[in-house]
Formats: sequence, structure tokens, C-alpha cells
Amino acid sequence: MSAEPSSGAAGSPSDLRDFWRRFRANRLAVLGLAFMVALVVVAVLAPQIAPYGEAERSSVFRGPPSWDHPFGTDGIGRDVFSRVVLGSRVSLKIGALATAISLIIGVGFGGLAGFFGGWVDGLVMRITDIFLAIPYIVLAVAIASVFGRSQNAIIVVLGLTGWLAIARIVRSSFLSLKELEYVEAARALGFSNSRIMFKHILPNALQPIIVYGTIAVGVTILSEAALSFLGVGPQDPTPAWGLMIADGKGSLSNAPHLVLFPGLAISLTILSLQMIGDGLRDALDPKLR
Amino acid sequence: MGDSMTTSPRNGPGTGEVLLSVQGLVAGFDTDAGRVQAVDDLSFDIHRGEVFSVVGESGSGKSVTAMTIMGLLPTLKVSAGQILWHGRDLLDLPDEEMRAVRGNQIAMVFQDPLTAFNPVHTIGRQIGEAGRIHRGLSKKQARLEAIDKLGLVGIPEPHKRADMYPHEFSGGMRQRAKAAMAIMNDPDLLIADEPTTALDVTVQAQVLEVLVAIKDEIDSAIMLITHDLGVVAGLSDRVMVMYAGRQAELAGVNDLFYRTHHPYTLGLLASLPSLVGSDDEPLVPIPGSPPSLVHRPSGCPFHPRCASAEDPGRCASEVPQLRIVATDHLAACHFAEEVASGDRDPRTVDRGAEA
Amino acid sequence: MAAIRVEQVNERYGLDDPLPVQFVNYWKRTIQWDLGESYLTGRSVNDILKDKAKNSIRLGIWAIIIEIIVGISVGVYSAIRRYSLIDKASTVTTAVASAIPVFVLGYILQYAFAVYPNKQGWPDWMRLRTSNIGPPGSGDGTWFLFFIPTGEQWRYLLLPAITLDSVSTALAARMTRGSMLEVLNADFMRTARAKGLDERHIVTRHGLRNAMLPVVTLIGIDFGTTIGAAVLTETVFSWPGLGSTIASAVSDRDLPVILGLTLVVVLVYSIVNLLVDVSYAWFDPRVRLGGGAK
Repeated sequence: MSAEPSSGAAGSPSDLRDFWRRFRANRLAVLGLAFMVALVVVAVLAPQIAPYGEAERSSVFRGPPSWDHPFGTDGIGRDVFSRVVLGSRVSLKIGALATAISLIIGVGFGGLAGFFGGWVDGLVMRITDIFLAIPYIVLAVAIASVFGRSQNAIIVVLGLTGWLAIARIVRSSFLSLKELEYVEAARALGFSNSRIMFKHILPNALQPIIVYGTIAVGVTILSEAALSFLGVGPQDPTPAWGLMIADGKGSLSNAPHLVLFPGLAISLTILSLQMIGDGLRDALDPKLR
Repeated sequence: MGDSMTTSPRNGPGTGEVLLSVQGLVAGFDTDAGRVQAVDDLSFDIHRGEVFSVVGESGSGKSVTAMTIMGLLPTLKVSAGQILWHGRDLLDLPDEEMRAVRGNQIAMVFQDPLTAFNPVHTIGRQIGEAGRIHRGLSKKQARLEAIDKLGLVGIPEPHKRADMYPHEFSGGMRQRAKAAMAIMNDPDLLIADEPTTALDVTVQAQVLEVLVAIKDEIDSAIMLITHDLGVVAGLSDRVMVMYAGRQAELAGVNDLFYRTHHPYTLGLLASLPSLVGSDDEPLVPIPGSPPSLVHRPSGCPFHPRCASAEDPGRCASEVPQLRIVATDHLAACHFAEEVASGDRDPRTVDRGAEA
Repeated sequence: MAAIRVEQVNERYGLDDPLPVQFVNYWKRTIQWDLGESYLTGRSVNDILKDKAKNSIRLGIWAIIIEIIVGISVGVYSAIRRYSLIDKASTVTTAVASAIPVFVLGYILQYAFAVYPNKQGWPDWMRLRTSNIGPPGSGDGTWFLFFIPTGEQWRYLLLPAITLDSVSTALAARMTRGSMLEVLNADFMRTARAKGLDERHIVTRHGLRNAMLPVVTLIGIDFGTTIGAAVLTETVFSWPGLGSTIASAVSDRDLPVILGLTLVVVLVYSIVNLLVDVSYAWFDPRVRLGGGAK
């Protein structure tokens, strides 16, 4: 990533315009952004948009898509469209909060490791090595089976397992940034370590954090769906997309829509976040093209 | 000497068989900001046996010229001119025939010897490769010849060194190995693009001596590309000074140094430490920086930086053509004769005032 | 009655002991490679491991074979023919493939290649199988050389294998493309051209091996993703391997099985990463152990 102190972090209006011009050039990223904006609106207005409640049953079981039920009904007669709409809240909430936890831990640990180096760096890196030695899903499954199955438990589990990559990225930017002259200058002026870290280094390390953070939200939503699918996520009747797929898998031959619509929702969300991440990377750091 | 001028009078002096003849080359790149003319109306000959130096700042078009001769710039658009090699135009050559010339008849020594070697193959294998593809040598023959060439460029224990990897070589050794790679097939022309920039001064001299010795050994010619007029002084036969993609001056090395006809060349000489002139003469950098190739100055491209320029006047409005200013001496300056006689040299005037 | 039962259970699993003692006992047994027994079935975890591991390995081998062959060749081709139709198509495909969750893809493939043909009444040979490792009653005999399917077997293997490596293949293709593009612009490629090599030799002799460096690392790191994907894939296709066993142990809260199998997975994962580091030396002489002159 760029080690140039001036680029990107600044927020002057012309910089922002420039950034937006470059971001707009990537049509896929704009498409992804449009989808995510729409999804957030849907999530906020979910109770108004959803025609039925999350546990409300009709007399039609596994009904195909129709005017009354645009995405059909599930095994106990609930409206799939309403559940997918309400499920966007679950996914976005878990994705955003867990990523926030990961970012706090990752930026904190990575920043400390990169800034102080020495044994602090060694310790943090060994911790990430150990965590990385365990396949992510297996680790999350193992922790989740201990923590229980509420939404909050899942947020904590995903937050606690998702910070490794962020810590490494932050560490390497801090390592290169702390050698720059303006940091030396800040030291010479007698600024405190925390002031140097947060006011002088962090703003310049933001680019990779923003890019990876965006992608991490997608990864988190994917993991949440996987955990729900495996039955260690939120429990019925919470309309988690992964759980809906697990519920619908038994009726693949007579009601494929039970898997199709929640599956589509997950895939489009993750795809959009990835495309936004790619677009951000290109727009923030033109040199990387 | 005059009888050797086999092509056009603009090509300057030289002796021996003409190997390469560049005639009226105009070439550039298409960018978002429009066509960038990297090389504009370039003509020169290179003769067997000579060291032909091309001098200029970065962006002067000297490296583009070399890469164009090698056909290594796929994005370059040639809009006019010819590059005649033994009478054939390299620009018209089909890919396959061009490949047979590259690395075989014309070889190149690149600037940065570390990145120019593939890190995953041994030095010997990379040197021998040119022999294997052009002359169909076996692996074993190629290795033996590579060892010969390593010895020729003065690398000790070449049979051991051949099996080592690039990262195990020092900078100077790598540069020698690059030279060995270039002479694998005894090429007629060696193009050396800033071959010594990355090296320290003592190694620079050694590497250049090796290059010239090889040239004599295999009876070829060298086209030496550099930004440093000091490098060319000792070993060139002829020197071409380039500025903003155009030729500024082309002459034999002594003529160029002691009967300079172009203010830019004068400027380059003035910025050299103690090569010509007296020791107490101060080093004078050329003011300003090379022009952008997208927005060229009107008239003479050098006039905004030229202390002797007539501005407003001819220099700002009329592009000076390269012309014969003395025997075997070409320059592109409206006032070449005055510059040579010292009448238009501001430094001469200044010195006169001080004295 | 219930109290007596609790006592029996506590005694059998040593749950009465203080926690540190239990912890030490656990590791004592584990080091002797006694992974305990399932709470649910009473079957020893070592037994379960022996039974299920071979199926996971078979699936994993095929996933990695497909990842390397398809991922790398698509990536190399995309890089050489940059901006061609195939490059664009593969860029889109890899982006989509890495965004579709493994289990969603699994069901889509099930529907397309088994459920739908079945509904349409297509002849049996046109349908693929979506459940279990092979025809009922088939033993290990339907595998040639342990991992090559014979007869009916391939119809059971195909969909899980494709599902399992979809994400890794997409990543490998993208990574190969990027690193190949970088190598194609390297100075030593220009040197190779200056020697008069033709493009095919430039790519095969000078490009590939350099471009493979980051890809090898990826395949190592990515093995973790593959393991995660295996848990999901095996569950989707009821493939009797370690992944589906771990998944069902989790929903059954069968702790010894979860712990034991996870431990094995982590060990294998570490060994694979070690092998990747070692193979690095072959690809890149600069990191060769003890590196210097001979």
C-alpha cells in the first residue's frame, strides 16, 4: 500500500471530488454501492416493507412464488419475501458490529505491534500465527458451540476471529509509516506516543483499513451465513439467511425457491461489498492499478 | 574521412562499414494527454568498430531510440523514418525475423543489472540461453560458452560462477555478467543503456573498459547511452547529444568537447567537474528542467533554458534544423557559429568581466 | 434415579475432578493419541477419525488438483491475453464464484445436475449424485489407487469436488493473473525479449516460475479456506468425511468429537503450511535454505 503521507487521508472537498470521479469510473463498484445503499434502506424500513411478520404463518406450505408471496412460502407457511427483507437487518447488524469489533482489536494490536516493534510486535504476531493456524470456520464453529447461539454471541465470535488480517495490514503500514520524516519531526517536538499514533500515523494508514474493512464486512456476513447454516448461528424464528437455507435444503426438489432467494440475497450482498472494496482500492490508490 | 559519409550529410562523420543507419525517425506514444513525441526527426549512422555515444537528460529520447532499434516498445507508434540494419529496415521486419536479429546481431546491456536477471535461473543458463535459441547449442555447449564469456568479461572462476544465481553476485559482477550475456552470439552491435549508473565509480570504469575490449575482440560497434558526458569522454569515438527528442549536436568526441557548437552541450560541459577548462572554474548547472514532451516550447526546444537565446526572436519562433556547422560536425542551433567562437557564450562574457 | 445417572456419567468422564486435573488428564491422553470417545455414540474418536479421514482426503485431493490445473491455467491465460473476451469472462466468473457461499453453490449444482434432470425424467446416465460417497454398499474397492474413482464413483465425486474448490479456484485464478501480469512487466522479461526469445518461451521459461511464488503461498494459506469449505460441502452433499462429522458434532454438542477432530485438522493444516514453505525454496533460489554459494 501507499506509504505517501499526503495522499488519500486528507478530506478537502477537491480531494473528495477527485476520489468520487475515480470511484465512479469503476462501473461495477458503483453498481455494488447502489445495491448496498438499497439494502441498507430495505433494512431500515424492513418492518414497513415486509408484508408479513417474521413468524406469521399462512395456510400455504412451500408455496411457489405468487402475487401474495413473491418469494413463496416456507415449510411452515411463512412468507419468504418478508423473511428475506427482515433478514437483511440480521445480516447487516452482525456484519457491521462484528467487523467493528475486528477493526478495533485489529487496529489496536496491529498498531501497537507496528509502532513499538520489538517484543510487542513478536507477541502480537505469534498470537495471530496461532489463530491463523486454525482454519477460520472451524475456529468459529468451535467458539460458537461454547458461546451459545444468540445474535450477540455470533457478533462476539465473528469479531474475535476476524481481526487477524486487519492486524497484519495495520502493522505493516505502521512499520513503514513510523520511519517517515514527519513522524520523526513529531517525535522531535516531544509529542506523546499515543498522539503520534492516532493523530499522525493512523490517518495515513486509513486507505488499506477502509478497503479491507469493506471487504471484511462481506466476509463476516458470509461467515455468519455459514454458521447459521451449520446451526450454530441465530435460532429459529430469527430470519437469518443462512438458517433459511438450512431449513429449505430438504425441499430442494419441490420448493427450490426456499434456497434460491436467501442464497441470492447473501451472494449479491457479498459480491457488492467486494466490488465496492475493489473500487475503493482503485480510487484511493491509483498507483495500484 | 569525408568518403565514409555513405548516407546523407546529416549523419555526421565516421569510418568503417555502416552497420546501422537511422533515417528521419519520428516516433511517440499515445497517452490520455495526447501524442507524446519521444523522438523527432532523428538521423545517424553507426559504423563498425566505433563507440557511438548518445548523451542526454532523462526524457531526451535516448533510451526510446535504443528500445526502438531493438523493437522492444510495442506501444511506440513510429510515424516516419527507417532503421536500416545491413540495408534492411528493422521497422518492416516480421516478428520472427526481428527475433533472429535481437540478441544475435544486435544485443543490449540494460541499466539495472539486478532486475534484468531472472532470479530463479542460474547466471550460466541465462547467458547460454541466447546461444541455444539462435545457434541451437546443446545445454552443455551453451554452458561451456557461457563460461568462456564470463571469463572474457573478467569474472574470476567462471566455471563456478556460471552455476550461481543472480542474488549471489555483487552489483559489478552482475553488470559484467550482463555484458557476457549480450556478447554470447558475438553481435555486430552492442547497445549499452546506462550500463554503469547503478555502480560505484571504480567499478564503472572497469565495466566500460571491459565493454570496449569486447568490442575490439569481436569487431563490433557499441552504442553507449548515458546522461553523463564525463563517461563518454575517454572512450567514445563520436557523440550525439539529444534534447527533448531531437538531436542537438553530433560530432567526433574531441570536436564536441573543444569546438562545441550548441549551448546545451556547453551547459552539460559546464556542469561537469574539472574535465575541461581550469580547476577554479565554478560548476554551473543548467537552469530549469527538461521540457514536458506534451507541451513543447515553440521554436528551439532548448530556448527557455538557453542563456544565449534570442527571445523574442528566432529561437522562440523557428525550430533550428540540424546542419553542418564544421567539417564532420552537426549542430541544431541558429547561432551555432557564434556559440563556437564564444561570441554568444554568456559565461565567456562573465569571465571576461571578472578578469 | 436421575442423580445416580449423573454420578455415573461424571465418573465415567472424570467430570468430578477439579478443572486443572481434568485439563492435565486431557492432554496426557491426547499426547498418547487417545482422543476420547463420543458423548453421543460412545464410539472412540480415533475410530471415527480412521473411518472418515480417508473420504475427506479423497475429496481434498481432487479439490486441490482442480484448483491448480483450472485456477492456474485460467489465470495465466487471462494475463497473457489481457482484456480479451476470455479474460473478461474469467474475471467476472471468479468474482461471482468467490461471492457465492459454498453451500448455496452446492444446492444450485444439486438442483441443476440432479434434481432438475430427475424432474424432467432424463435418462439416469445424465444425472449426477448428490448424497453420500458412493452407491449403497460400495466399499473402498471402487477407488483406484485410493483416490481415483472408478465406475459409478465419479458421479458421486464430481459435484462435491467442484463445490469444494470453487472459491479456491477463483482465488488462485485471480492471484495467478495478477502475479503473472506483474512478472510480464518485469525487467528480466525485457532481457529475455532482448535475447530474441519468442513469447511462448518467455512465458514458460521466465514467467511461470516467478509468477508461481505468490500462488504457492496462496495455496498454502488457502488450505484453511478449503478446510472451512469442506465442513460446508460435506454437509451439503452428506459426504461422510471429517467436515460433516465436525458439523454434526457441533449441533449435537459432542465435545470430544469436536475437540479431537479439530485438533487433527489443525495439525494437518500446520504440516501443509510447512510443506508450502519448503516448496518455496524450489521455486525461489533466493530463499533456499543455507542459500550461498556451494
